[in-house]
Amino acid sequence: MRWKAAEYSGWGRALWARGEVARPERQRSLDQVFAEGIVPAQGMRRSYGDASLNDKGRMVDMTRLDRMLGFDPGTGILDVEAGARIGTIASAFAPRGWLPAVMPGTGFATVGGCIAQDVHGKNHHVAGSFCQHVVSMELRQADGRTVTLTADATPDLFRATAGGLGQTGVITSARLRLLPCKGDIMMVTERRVEGWDEHLALLDASTATYTVGWIDATARGKGLGRGILEEGETNSGLVPRREKFRKVPFTAPRFALSKPIVRAFNEAYFRRVPHTGRTVVRPIGDFFFPLDKIHDWNKLYGKHGFHQFQCVMPLAAAPALRALLETIANSGLASPLAVLKRMSEGRAGHLSFPMEGYTLAVDFPNRAEARELIKRLEDMTIAAGGRIYFAKDSLARGADVRAMYPEHQDWLRLVTRADPDQRLATDMIRRLKLRSIA
Amino acid sequence: MTNTWIILGATSSMARAFARKVASRGDGVLLAGRDSEDLAALAGDCHLRGARMAEAVAFDARDPSGFAILIDRVKAEDGMISAAVFVGSMPDQALIDADPALIDGTVTDSFTGPARFLHLLAPEMERRGGGTVVGVASVAGDRGRIGNYVYGAAKAGFATYLSGLRNRLTRAGGHVVTIKPGFVDTAMTWGLPGLFLVASPEKVADDIARAVAKRKNVIYTPFFWRYIMLIIIHIPEFIFKKMKI
Ligand SMILES: Cc1cc2nc3c(=O)[nH]c(=O)nc-3n(C[C@H](O)[C@H](O)[C@H](O)COP(=O)(O)OP(=O)(O)OC[C@H]3O[C@@H](n4cnc5c(N)ncnc54)[C@H](O)[C@@H]3O)c2cc1C
Repeated sequence: MRWKAAEYSGWGRALWARGEVARPERQRSLDQVFAEGIVPAQGMRRSYGDASLNDKGRMVDMTRLDRMLGFDPGTGILDVEAGARIGTIASAFAPRGWLPAVMPGTGFATVGGCIAQDVHGKNHHVAGSFCQHVVSMELRQADGRTVTLTADATPDLFRATAGGLGQTGVITSARLRLLPCKGDIMMVTERRVEGWDEHLALLDASTATYTVGWIDATARGKGLGRGILEEGETNSGLVPRREKFRKVPFTAPRFALSKPIVRAFNEAYFRRVPHTGRTVVRPIGDFFFPLDKIHDWNKLYGKHGFHQFQCVMPLAAAPALRALLETIANSGLASPLAVLKRMSEGRAGHLSFPMEGYTLAVDFPNRAEARELIKRLEDMTIAAGGRIYFAKDSLARGADVRAMYPEHQDWLRLVTRADPDQRLATDMIRRLKLRSIA
Repeated sequence: MTNTWIILGATSSMARAFARKVASRGDGVLLAGRDSEDLAALAGDCHLRGARMAEAVAFDARDPSGFAILIDRVKAEDGMISAAVFVGSMPDQALIDADPALIDGTVTDSFTGPARFLHLLAPEMERRGGGTVVGVASVAGDRGRIGNYVYGAAKAGFATYLSGLRNRLTRAGGHVVTIKPGFVDTAMTWGLPGLFLVASPEKVADDIARAVAKRKNVIYTPFFWRYIMLIIIHIPEFIFKKMKI
């Protein structure tokens, strides 16, 4: 197996690692990789921070082990290799009336990455998290054995693996229960929302299967929390307009996302939806993965990269979330399009992100002021009983995270047993001291 | 009319991307190679992407005794038959220098093995009056270089064979497309130093499918390799022989 000396980053391009990466294309080559000892896995590195980085160490890139192995139309269960992308599964199955039950905001995320972060989608309020639809998974463990995990037969290891940041082993394949859908297009209703209270009320009241609120994180005062509520249902038969993929060919200069541009963009985004709202037909990809059409859009933030702050707050802490958004808006540092969502309590792992409440995600360029602001936002989140998301984080510290994840000790006990020599530790694990006792 | 592709060397990532592409159009695919476990996984994948039929079959370029069975399997399919050849091997030139016997295997994998197979298939394609052969040659075959001239020579031989086969099949309504990829992001090139403008296997598969649809004869993929090779071919030999590129 050839190892590539690579320099690579997470999606935010703020944190980088140097190390060797193998990229097997068949199970047999994966065995060769592990013959030299287990190493942590990476998917498409769509996690923003350092979850899939291992500086000075080795990693195995799973993205070429990406085959859909079998499907049972009777049960809707798909057997798929861990490197397969969610968007590929969606486009292959939607025309036949099935979708992955949970899809994150990028179709490039792999099945393995979605399990290891126990990701959520625009339907979290009804469908829960990704791993709640994982029937079983094949896990290659540090001791060389491969075990089959299910929530019933191996509940401990399942809960340590779901959202477990790859620390129990390398997931090689999984059986996912797909969700029946009407077809491969979406009927999307878009409504302008004038402010914070209305936004929360609409999210609470939404009966749609897929619901997401886009927030203009630069709007202040009366406009705080204004944005667009999108509600979607799958459908079939209609033919939406297809747009071509675009690519950001270079790392953009800093002014590309400067304040006036961001503000103008948000204004336009908001205004494009008429006062009365509208219902439009979209290809599923456009609705679920709106940013994927611009390849490498993360390069728009220039060579310093960017951060995403994502927290979830309990329902009762809605006022604290409002204060948090206010802090963001007043800072003037936020980037276009923040996302606000209602979450249910659905989660499958000890370290899974979701809790019942509201989740807010905002991008910031990687600058000193923004990093300080994010620190403050984290403090506000902890104080309000919320938590931040490992898939997005690149700045938090260990002590903060323990306060947010009460089941950390349970997870740690299981992970220590599964990988006593910490061979699966990554940069994130070390930064947040997730594998150390105190 | 149904179309069935016999894909030789189907475990390579370029072949995988191409198989998926034709599978999603509903064509049948016979996935030929040596790693039957891996081919079975790909067959499942092609099937779920919409292939009318997807099956793993055994093919070893160095074992022509198995070719006849494979030809019979292909003949069992109705409709048009097409073939895509992705086989080839590129041992390190240094290994070859140390053990010249490796030349035989390289030439068999990259040229004579697939040529023999295609020669068995050609009469059937002629009988059915159509179908396409996609043959993957290489820019390395355009000019012998110190770094990999055995591989290059084998691919050059294969390219010449394809050109003759094109001449032959055209008469029967068939077609042959010669593909000359530059650097492609595969297991073969992973981690090699000094590569530039590396294309994804999906990009190459798109180019191949387009070339098939337009009945192109010889394509470079990505296209700019045509110009790179044009320059390389025209460097006078008295200069070229001293270069190391
Ligand atoms: C534009 C965009 C939108 C997003 N929207 C959402 C969203 O709506 N909801 C949401 O929940 N997330 C969202 N995300 C985050 C994304 O879904 C997660 O970061 C996901 O984990 C990315 O998958 P990946 O394949 O890139 O994994 P990576 O980022 O490469 O890896 C993530 C983690 O999984 C581990 N891992 C990967 N593969 C394996 C394996 N085979 N076995 C064991 N461990 C493995 C890695 O070690 C790492 O710890 C979004 C990200 C982007 C860029």
